[in-house]
Parts: sequence; C-alpha cells; structure tokens
Amino acid sequence: MWNFPLFPDAASSMAGQVDALYFFLVAVSLFFTVLIFAGCGYFAIKFKRVDENFIPAGQKDNMVLEVVWSVIPFFITLVMFAWGAVIFFRVYTPPEGAMEMYAVGKQWMWKTQHPEGHREINELHVPVGRDIKMTMTTEDVIHSFFIPAFRVKKDVVPGKYTTMWFKPTKVGKYHLFCAEYCGNQHSGMIGSVHVMEPADYEAWLAGVNRGETMAQAGERLFTRLGCASCHQEDNKGRCPTLKDIYSKPVPLQNGQRVIADESYLRESILKPQAKIVAGYQNQEMPTFQGQVSEDGLLQIVAYIKTLTKPDAVAAVAAPAAAAPKPATKGGNKK
Amino acid sequence: MSATAIPRVHTPPPPDPPVRPAKHYINATSGLASWLLTVDHKRITILYLISITIFFAIGGFFAMLVRLELITPQGDLMTAETYNRSFSMHGIAMVFFFLIPSIPATLGNFLVPIMCGARDLAFPKINLLSWYCFIVGAVFALATAFMGGVDTGWTFYTPYSSTYANGAVLTAILGAFFAGFSSILTGLNFIVTIHKMRAPGLTWFRMPLFLWAMYATSIIQILGTPVVAITLILVGLERGLGFGFFDPKLGGDPILMQHLFWFYSHPAVYVMILPPLGVMSELTAAFCRRRVYGYHFVALSSVAIAVISFIVWGHHLFTSGQSVYAGMVFSVLTFLVGIPSAIKVFNWMATMFKASISFEAPMIYAFGFIGLFTIGGVTGLFLATLGLDIHMHDTYFVVAHFHYIMVGSAIFSYMGGLHYWWPKITGKLYNDTLGCISAVLIFLGFNATFFPQFILGYMGMPRRYHAYPAEFQFLNICSSLGATLLAVGYVLPAIYFTWSLFKGKDAGPNPFKAKGLEWEIPSPPPTENFTKVPVVNSEPYDYAPGAGH
Repeated sequence: MWNFPLFPDAASSMAGQVDALYFFLVAVSLFFTVLIFAGCGYFAIKFKRVDENFIPAGQKDNMVLEVVWSVIPFFITLVMFAWGAVIFFRVYTPPEGAMEMYAVGKQWMWKTQHPEGHREINELHVPVGRDIKMTMTTEDVIHSFFIPAFRVKKDVVPGKYTTMWFKPTKVGKYHLFCAEYCGNQHSGMIGSVHVMEPADYEAWLAGVNRGETMAQAGERLFTRLGCASCHQEDNKGRCPTLKDIYSKPVPLQNGQRVIADESYLRESILKPQAKIVAGYQNQEMPTFQGQVSEDGLLQIVAYIKTLTKPDAVAAVAAPAAAAPKPATKGGNKK
Repeated sequence: MSATAIPRVHTPPPPDPPVRPAKHYINATSGLASWLLTVDHKRITILYLISITIFFAIGGFFAMLVRLELITPQGDLMTAETYNRSFSMHGIAMVFFFLIPSIPATLGNFLVPIMCGARDLAFPKINLLSWYCFIVGAVFALATAFMGGVDTGWTFYTPYSSTYANGAVLTAILGAFFAGFSSILTGLNFIVTIHKMRAPGLTWFRMPLFLWAMYATSIIQILGTPVVAITLILVGLERGLGFGFFDPKLGGDPILMQHLFWFYSHPAVYVMILPPLGVMSELTAAFCRRRVYGYHFVALSSVAIAVISFIVWGHHLFTSGQSVYAGMVFSVLTFLVGIPSAIKVFNWMATMFKASISFEAPMIYAFGFIGLFTIGGVTGLFLATLGLDIHMHDTYFVVAHFHYIMVGSAIFSYMGGLHYWWPKITGKLYNDTLGCISAVLIFLGFNATFFPQFILGYMGMPRRYHAYPAEFQFLNICSSLGATLLAVGYVLPAIYFTWSLFKGKDAGPNPFKAKGLEWEIPSPPPTENFTKVPVVNSEPYDYAPGAGH
C-alpha cells in the first residue's frame, strides 16, 4: 500500500490532450472554489453578529451584477464544452487505416482477438505507435471497455457493435477494466493491455499465433452456413454481392442509404428484414439469430471486410471523414 | 383586494421565559390510532421523520459494510455477492427511501401549509395516503433485504436486472414503485396548496424561497416520477413474464432503459437538491437577519433548474454509444443547468455582505453546505465535459461528485433545516454547542471520505468494485477512515435531539428572532396552525422594512 501514485499513467496519444483539459478545469474550479470559500470566510469573520439587536441595512438588488455573475460562468463553461467536444469527436472517430482488433465481453472476462486469428483472454497485446480500432460486443449484459492509461472507455452493448480507438505511445503493461457493473465478478473482469515495440509485437504474434486468421475462419463459416450460394461475387445471385461494400453507402429499398459498417453487416446477418437493399425482395434469407456466436459473427464480418479492396475503402472514406462518420452511424441505427 | 390596508398579524414579543402552549398538535389527541390515522400535516411530518431516519440508518449500515470491505484491495471481508448486494441496498435505501422524501416529506410537509398561512395541505387525506404508499414501498424494500437483497445497483440497468441478476429484483422494483407514488402525491399536494391556499396578501413574490423551491421540486415529482414507475414496471414485466423491451435477445434495446431511467433519475437529483437550496435561502436570511439578495433571481432559478433538469438526462450516456451529436446537445444543456445553481451561491454570498451573521448550529450547517455544494458543483462540470467524461464515467470520480451533491449538500441542508425548525416542530431547544460540533465533524468526515475518491476516479478506479488493484489502497483507507468520522458526526445529533425532547428548554415561538409566518405561531403549533387567518402585507424576510424594493 505504500506505492500510491496520485495520477494515472499517460500512455496514449489522447492522454495528454485529456489531461490538459483536466488541468484547465482543475484551475477554473480551484479559482471559483477559493473565491467562494474565501468570500464566505471573510464575510463570516468581518460581519459576525456582535450586537444582538443590530439589524443590517437592506440592499437593493442589482440587475447588472446578476447578469455578470450568470454570463461570465456561462462563457467559461462554453469553453469547457467546446474543448471537451473536440476531444470527444477525436476519441470516438477512428482514423482510417487503423489496425483492427476485436473484443467480446462475457460474464466475467474479456475475449480479444487479433485479425491474424490469435485469441486472448483478459489480455490484449498491441504495438506501440499504431492506431488501433476496437470493434466490440458482448454475449450477455452491458460491459464497458476501459483503459485508464489511455483515457478511453466505451460501453460494450449486447445486440450491437460499438467501436473505439487509441494509439498507445508508451511501452508497458496497463490496466484493462470493466467499468459498467455486470454482476457478481464485475471487479474480476479486469485484465492487462501490453503495449510492445512493433518488432516485439510481430515476434510475439508469430510465436503464439497458430491456425487461421479471423478472415479465414470467417470464410469457413460463410461457406458452412451457405451464405456463398446466394451472395455471389458478380451480383448475379439472388442476393446482393458483398464484394466492395464495406464502409460504402448502400441504397435501401425505402430510399435511404446506410454505410455498410460492422454494425450494419451484423444486423443484416441476424435481422435480414431490417434493412433491405434496393432492388431485392428478401424472401429468401433466413435469420441467423442464435446460430452464430458473437465470435463467429465477428469472424464473418472480418471476412466480408476482406472482400473490399483497401483502395476502395480509402476512396469512400475520404468524403466520409469530411462529413463526420457518426452521423451516418446514428442514421443507420434508427 | 387591498391587502396593504389590513395590518399584519403580529404575535406579541416572546414572554420570558418562553412558555410551551398547553394544547398543541402533539398532545391534541392521544393513542396510536390518532397518529396512524392522522390527517394533520405536522403529525404526518413526524411519521415521515421517523420512517426516513430508519432508512437512513439502514442505508448507512450498508455503506459502512462497503467501506469496511474496501479497506483492503482483496475481496476478503465478504463475498462479491454480499458486497454487490450491500452497495445496491445502500443505494436503494438512500435514494428512494431517504433522499427523495427527506426534505419534502418532513420539513416541506410541516412548513408548506404554515408558510402559506394555511391550516393544512390542500388534500390532508392524500397526504396520509402518501405516507402509506411510502410504508408499502418500505415493506417491499425490507422484504428485499430479508430475501437476500438485490445486486443490480439502484439503477436496475438492463439486461442485467431483467435477465441475468439473481436476487429479489421484482420486490425491490415494487418497493421503488410504491415509494415513487408517495413522492407524486406529496408533489401534487404541494402544488395545489401553493396555488390555492396562500393567505391573503401572500403573492407569489412574497413567498419564502423555501416555497419556491418546494414548488419547483413538486413539478419534477409529478412529471418525472411516473416515467420511472413505468420503466420499472417494464423491467419487471421483462423479468417476470419475458416481455422483450430491453433485452436484445428478446428483441429489445438495453439503451432504451437507460434513457427512460435517467429521464426521471436525473431530474430526481434535483428533487434531492432543490429543497436543500430552498432551506439554504431560509437559513441565510435568518442568520444574516437580512432579505435574501436577488430574491427574484433565486426564486426563478429554482424553476429554471426544474425545467432544464428534464433535458439533460443524456449526459449519463456519453459512453453508451449514443450519437456524438446527441452527446454534444446534452453536454451544453448540462452546463446550462449549472448556471442557476451558481446564481444562488453568489446571491447567498451577497446576502452575507455587511450582514449580521450569527454562528448557531443551523448556520454552521449552512456554511458547510456552501462548501460541499461548491465542490460538488464544479466537479459536475468535469463530468459534463464530453472529452473528460469518457475517462471519468463509471469511476469513483462520479461516486465522489454525486455524493458531494446528493449526500453532502443535501444532508447538510436537511440537518441545517432540522436544527433551524426543530424548536418549532418540537417546541424544545437542543444544545447548540453540540450542534456546531456535529456540523464540523460531519464536514470533516465527509471531505475525508469523499475527496480521496476524486483522485481515485481520475486514476481510473471503476465504481462498484469489490476488489481492486493494490495501488488504490491508500486512498481507499483514507476514505474508510473518513466514513468512521462521518458516522460519529451523524450519531451525535440523534443523541442531542432525543435528549432535547425530554430535557430541552422550551423554545418559545421564535427562538432565532427570525421572520416568517411559521415564527408567528406558538411552538409547537396548535393543530389548526393559525387561530386567525393571517394577512400578509410585507415582503419576505422583512428584517429592515422597505429595503430592496
């Protein structure tokens, strides 16, 4: 207990930005707290009741004073708002070309998977200096993926994918917590994020990784479940092709468009009727609800992503980045 | 009508030594039935006071279990299951059965009719019904405890609560449901009373600020509470009958429950803090012998808080995957709701300027309130800031922040108000020195308990953790030691208040020489409050007549 740091490690590109904002708020808070404490203290001593019968003179209300002490704090809070919103946007908008990692929460463990196929329990190894995007879901209740040293957190919600990203900047071992109460062993749902030098990471991955990549596993599932019989490469099947659709806009039967992100792909596997591509009837596709595990779904999604050529992603991603992505995400959920 | 022409009713100056009236509401009738079937708002105050004090003790007991467990990083004192049930029962007992009813059902019940110059609330029988709703809820809550408790937290998040949790979730939900109805009925009664039963001459802007605060609170109670009642029923239906509202496996949306829950439960925070703000204005005026500075701003800021509080709930969902734009709207609105609170603090300070400040126990509590409310308020700004909340959400920073507001501030004001009106309610004086000592002890204990949790939170310690990494231990020990001091601070008033009932000096009608209708009638008041309907023709807090207008 004698080792008690009072401030968390700062080990991601976001940590410094969040800390700077934090210190700004600490400074503003200290100023107002000291002002109020000192003011009350001074008045309490200076205007202490000495004469039991003394009635202080009345004072006139002052509109200007009221406006001043309402408007000044309000403008200060607007600075906090704007600064906070900018960081919020950065934290929740994954950059293009990020390394993809996956996590599935389960009472009470974190199952993580690398695109190369290696799986970990309550651990996540990542290379330093790379943007890493997490795509996450859970098999049961709500969890929350929290790495204090990176200053990032995102709830992991059953029935959908949530994403977050970070860029580790310091080699080391950091806490991974579940932040959303999830039952009996909630406090046991903790693990470690190991940030490694890129070369060490490659060596580590080569050492532990046996077997197929996520995409290969996904392709196997894709074939086994019979997806390939309808979703053919050339759009001549009974169902729309899955080639070159990832992260592109898809026109729907009802005239709307959605971006074919991970959440859309997942929804279309589990609830095929939810968003039907323009020009298709969709009488044929059955639901796969309950037939594929969350891990399996992530593998199929990882496989579908490989059907889109990298340059095709980049070409579409450029305008998508200009018009911030979350808007389209919000749109396709409703 | 020309209220100004009618002279104001003045009680003659208190005789020396003060005498206790021979007949008053406490001894008007006797027997248990006369209490359990009473429709006198003052007696119902006493019923509520006893009931919520029991729940405060129960909630405090579970809090001590939590703090004891957290002295060591390992989960060694109790099992994870017991720990989880302890913090859940702590939250349920404190939120639904102590904090929400605390000031409205006790001080509010006692004072709203008297401050209006009325003989009772508009619907005395509904007032009694509200206490019985509370008791039905309380029976369910106690049954929950005896059935082994629940481990969902007081927030009942789905799908954990509806599908996965063990324990008496349905019973706990019913407890909160019935307690909610008691809150709705109290709010309804206050709104009608304040609208329809004010004494002649008591215009809206002559009302004491406590009435404004109670009015704003009541609006939230009757508009918000039905939403959480429905939400809890939906959770119960999903759990009991498998209706799919929230569990995605049944086709529901778990985040929907969070929206519905916080649509009430964030305004509910203001049900807990608006009444304390109203009490604070009364204390500041009485112990400064001064009209509250900026009366209109302080009055209307209560209404502003009540209105804005309904559109900030999404700040509990910044990390839930809610759209980034929704997050931005909720963030800016959350900052906005902080402004009326700041207005109040600045106006109280302005009231103290060149005043005649007396250091009696209620005022010491009032000073403590300002301190804790300031710290609680500014730390709320951290959590309203989107980029910071991502890191701080669901950590001990949040725990510390809401304890500073909902517990520190709310209880300081409740205690301050209880000390201020105790002589009126009971007709007896307590030992003021002990009152001051308890205020200082609670202030120190509270800060020692909860300030370290801000640091723990920024370091990343998640809330609701039974065991934690070793580097968090030092601050947790500080916190647990503080809690011990806090417990002593709370036990002390229980002793000297009880003592005052038997041995205390008679208070007389106005021991603090304060202004207000409640100080113009005997202590304890007669059952009918006023023998003659009072006529009000002066401004509130009229210590220096004519000033400020």
